[in-house]
Amino acid sequence: MSQTMFDKIWSKHVITGKVGDPQLLYVDLHLLHEVTSPQAFEGLRENHRKVRRTDKTFATMDHNVPTKDIFNIKDEISRKQIDTLGKNAKEFGVRLAGMGDEDQGIIHVIGPQLGLTQPGMVIVCGDSHTATHGAFGSIAFGIGTSEVEHVLATQTIWQTKPKTMGIHIHGELSKGVYAKDIIMGLIAREGVSFGTGYAAEFYGDTIERMSMEERMTLSNMAIEGGAKVGIIRPDQTTFDYVAGRKYAPKNMAKAIEYWKQFYTDDESTFDRIVDFDVSDLAPFVSWGTNPGMAVPVDQSFPEIKNADDQKAYDYVGLKPGQTAPEIPIEFAFFGSCTNGRLSDLKIAASVLKGHHIAPQVTALVVPGSRTIKEEAEKQGIDKIFKDAGCDWREPGCSACLGMNPDQVPAGVHCASTSNRNFEGRQGAGSRTHLASPAMVAAAAINGHFVDIRKAGIA
Amino acid sequence: MEPITTITSTSVPIMKDNIDTDQLIPKQFLKNILKVGYGRHLFFDWRYEKDGKPNPDFILNKPERQGAEILVAGDNFGCGSSREHAVWALKDYGFKAVIAGGFSDIFYMNSTKNGFLAITLPRDQREILAAAPADAKITVDLPNQEVRYDRHQFKFEIDPLWKHKFINGLDDIAITMQYEDQIEAYEAKMPQF
Repeated sequence: MSQTMFDKIWSKHVITGKVGDPQLLYVDLHLLHEVTSPQAFEGLRENHRKVRRTDKTFATMDHNVPTKDIFNIKDEISRKQIDTLGKNAKEFGVRLAGMGDEDQGIIHVIGPQLGLTQPGMVIVCGDSHTATHGAFGSIAFGIGTSEVEHVLATQTIWQTKPKTMGIHIHGELSKGVYAKDIIMGLIAREGVSFGTGYAAEFYGDTIERMSMEERMTLSNMAIEGGAKVGIIRPDQTTFDYVAGRKYAPKNMAKAIEYWKQFYTDDESTFDRIVDFDVSDLAPFVSWGTNPGMAVPVDQSFPEIKNADDQKAYDYVGLKPGQTAPEIPIEFAFFGSCTNGRLSDLKIAASVLKGHHIAPQVTALVVPGSRTIKEEAEKQGIDKIFKDAGCDWREPGCSACLGMNPDQVPAGVHCASTSNRNFEGRQGAGSRTHLASPAMVAAAAINGHFVDIRKAGIA
Repeated sequence: MEPITTITSTSVPIMKDNIDTDQLIPKQFLKNILKVGYGRHLFFDWRYEKDGKPNPDFILNKPERQGAEILVAGDNFGCGSSREHAVWALKDYGFKAVIAGGFSDIFYMNSTKNGFLAITLPRDQREILAAAPADAKITVDLPNQEVRYDRHQFKFEIDPLWKHKFINGLDDIAITMQYEDQIEAYEAKMPQF
């Protein structure tokens, strides 16, 4: 019987149980961060349990960390949470890239960067953007803290097998249109829950031409469409990316042979297929309070169809019929597990080069990891941002969710390369407008969004 | 985990769709290293004014809605972040069940780990429940997989394994440790490269 990649990796990892019931799956990689792990370690301690496989567990600090003066955390509760992870990692023997460590960064950025993330794996982390790792052809999904504790203790997880959805993405992207616009356009068309109950596989010629960093942007936001898994078939691009990294397989030839067994046999096997032609896709900007509330930059915001739309318009202080260039931008955020990688910073820098951000705009640049920060500095990318008037910071999740001091003030419109525009996400009363790094850079310069295709920027 | 069988209580309707976990519990309250104490921050941004006073228009603050153990909500409840704090906050507030049009997959799994019932009913049935007076009692009967209110009886689906866990208050890790031999056997066969 023909199977999808998801089916094949799934069945390879089943310890017990049959399809339809909850099944016990083996976990190849468990990633940890400071916010969703303390109660899990406490649970282990209370029950005198240990971490079963420290060699398959890796922790870092990202959500809470300050992005300047990193060794002086003023928020006492934040500091306690960060210190707690340090103590837990030491006590339980878990590898940790802590504050100041050369490998520290956003967990979904460093997993791939260190070669921990590999095809064919089951990967979990107490964070919904774990979907990112699906870009490597692994089943990667977010879990809650009770599940974190369960995986620490047993290296397994109970899951009911979801249905599979094939998302066929095809066509040549126009200049100035990026992976971010694909996923935003898809969710704007299909809604924020179209993927609930499904594991999605992205495929098609557009995907095949993408770099790993672009694929990660796509998989990262699968969860914003409700799909907790967004898998992509590993190919030579994937293998070349993984090879030679710190924790990559020593015997790549053997690994690649193993990984290739997981390819989807026949695309008609998916329980549902979504077709998305991206050849006429425009840059997208979100106007409302969920990632589905987004429009192409050259189209007006939609009519109010229900109470949720009304509530969203009231919150963001915008009206139906307006367009993205009419949003007064006073904040710009470059970073996050969606768009905080080196290629994202390079694209933003190429737009900013020779320009200065508008006087009313505050712009934060937060590289996804220390390695990215150092590489960017080596290439002089930091200088372009600084010369443009941006604040160049230390790595972390930062203003994507504002758990640290990096917050967007109430009522302020922020052009953001992150993934969620929920009410209060970037700070109480903050108004988030999601877009690609190039679009955010152009918005920072102009104080409002512009169609980067027409402005000759792209 | 506390066993759970039947809940009979008044209810609170918040029929908005796509209530995300950032709304259930904003990030500033995720810094605690405990599992308790989140109830007072549930729906924080809707529930309190900027000066910290309760927003009298928000339903959770209505005197007649105090003590309700059942929340009735819109579609796609608990979407967004994986934070289990959202379930802890609902439980800590005093809710024992939420009845919605659907749940994000991660929220649903989190609810099963905490003895918190997440029940899916179609919109027309939820609208009947949402229209119930503040003092009306709704019954969630897990063994019979039924929600009862007034003369209405609404059947709901639940996976038999989760149902068994809820009714018996079982600890997942203890269950899994019974499979230790199989886990070891699996590990012995894993490819090395």
